[in-house]
Amino acid sequence: MISKDGLTHHISAQFNAELEDVRSHLLAMGGLVEKQVNDAVTALIEADSGLAQQVREIDEQINQMERNIDEECLRILARRQPAASDLRLIISISKSVIDLERIGDESTKIARRAIQLCEEGEAPRGYVEVRHIGDQVRNMVRDALDAFARFDAELALSVAQYDKIIDREYKTALRELATYMMEDPRSISRVLSIIWVLRSLERIGDHARNISELVIYLVRGTDVRHMGLKRMREEVEGTGANKANVEAQPDDK
Amino acid sequence: MQHDSSAHGINMSALGRSKQSLSLADETVAIEVPGLNLFYGEKQALYDVSLNIPKQRVTAFIGPSGCGKSTLLRTFNRMNDLVDGCRVEGEINLYGHNIYRKGEDVAELRRRVGMVFQKPNPFPKTIYENVVYGLRIQGINKKRVLDEAVEWALRGAALWDEVKDRLHESALGLSGGQQQRLVIARTIAVEPEVLLLDEPCSALDPISTLKVEELIYELKSKFTIVIVTHNMQQAARVSDYTAFMYMGKMVEYGDTDTLFTNPAKKQTEDYITGRYG
Repeated sequence: MISKDGLTHHISAQFNAELEDVRSHLLAMGGLVEKQVNDAVTALIEADSGLAQQVREIDEQINQMERNIDEECLRILARRQPAASDLRLIISISKSVIDLERIGDESTKIARRAIQLCEEGEAPRGYVEVRHIGDQVRNMVRDALDAFARFDAELALSVAQYDKIIDREYKTALRELATYMMEDPRSISRVLSIIWVLRSLERIGDHARNISELVIYLVRGTDVRHMGLKRMREEVEGTGANKANVEAQPDDK
Repeated sequence: MQHDSSAHGINMSALGRSKQSLSLADETVAIEVPGLNLFYGEKQALYDVSLNIPKQRVTAFIGPSGCGKSTLLRTFNRMNDLVDGCRVEGEINLYGHNIYRKGEDVAELRRRVGMVFQKPNPFPKTIYENVVYGLRIQGINKKRVLDEAVEWALRGAALWDEVKDRLHESALGLSGGQQQRLVIARTIAVEPEVLLLDEPCSALDPISTLKVEELIYELKSKFTIVIVTHNMQQAARVSDYTAFMYMGKMVEYGDTDTLFTNPAKKQTEDYITGRYG
């Protein structure tokens, strides 16, 4: 188990700085992505096509951040040959940027729908669901990033657990929207747009879950992907099979 | 790293190296060390060190200078006997046979447990005579036998192609990397069971180092290898198991993959990541 304070205790001050840099760049990218999710949902609900356009434009910035962070990770791997927690940090960052970039893509898709719906005018049904699920996935993204910033495996676990709730609400919303379409076939095209938006939000939740799994890998050294939530919890709480590998930090500084 | 990385659909053998899911519990023990203490005069150098060296695997000892890793390595063929005031408490079992018991034939022990040092130390003789040195001491003088042994050992040390046309030239004309491989050839010519390598690459350039590392990888199908190295990346590259020692104590010992990705002890973590504890 590692803590974020340990990050800066290398003999090489330069290495400390490099790790600190790449980590803060990831968090900066995360902050921007989180804002993208929020703006995309707001643009949709408030029919603000200007905001939606802005989301689309910022996406290129996010893509550039992904490339830059990956390059930093590659440089550190090549030049420092990191081991143990440093290695896990670099691997987690390099994988997290993929998920963050995809969250950015999904936000852009939502923004595109927002512009399209704006042009068509007339508020369709389903906005309540979008607002509700949108708020929740945004919180998931924020919590996953907070967990990364604080090396907090418990918080990461709660994000993974929350993903189940999102999946359930997504299904419920789909059933409801199917009912609208049956009631009013003229609304089908617009409701389909909303379904695509919900689909994007659900995917964002999945990406947030992926990031939180990487946080658990970073902190605990256990690969918890494709593990049931129950086993994941056991790993995080240190009661799982890898118990022997988790040493209590001698009174955390 | 994980119990079941095959679940991720990665065919490890397609990556050119079989998947490592090693566990000490499944290994045949070559050398058993059940609680060893060692003193240089008044000063204790090893504190209750226990470990099992698995057969036909590469085991690396890492740790800061003065942590006792070379001292421990040297106990395996009683090289410490040559140090004044060195006292060993406890036993070391080579295939169940205590090498520190009274009446042990140390010369025979050193044939069974060969050693290669930091600096290549070829004898000022021909390449051929260097390789057959141990065999001649054993009283083997038949030319045909010696010729075969030279080719076998030099091939084993990945040196044959480079020196086959100048076997009767002086070994001192070889490069440092070639000299070190010659010394390894000389060591394996007497067909030891265990090969002890004490920082075998620290005086070599990176390419020669890689050749020796490749050699280590090949030799482990025949020999049990124990290597002491200051170079952690080298330990990570060549070894199956790694032991981290600190201040004369065995801190952590386990399979190399786990030790370098997720060590159990904070001391190990701090050392391999270059942190101050």
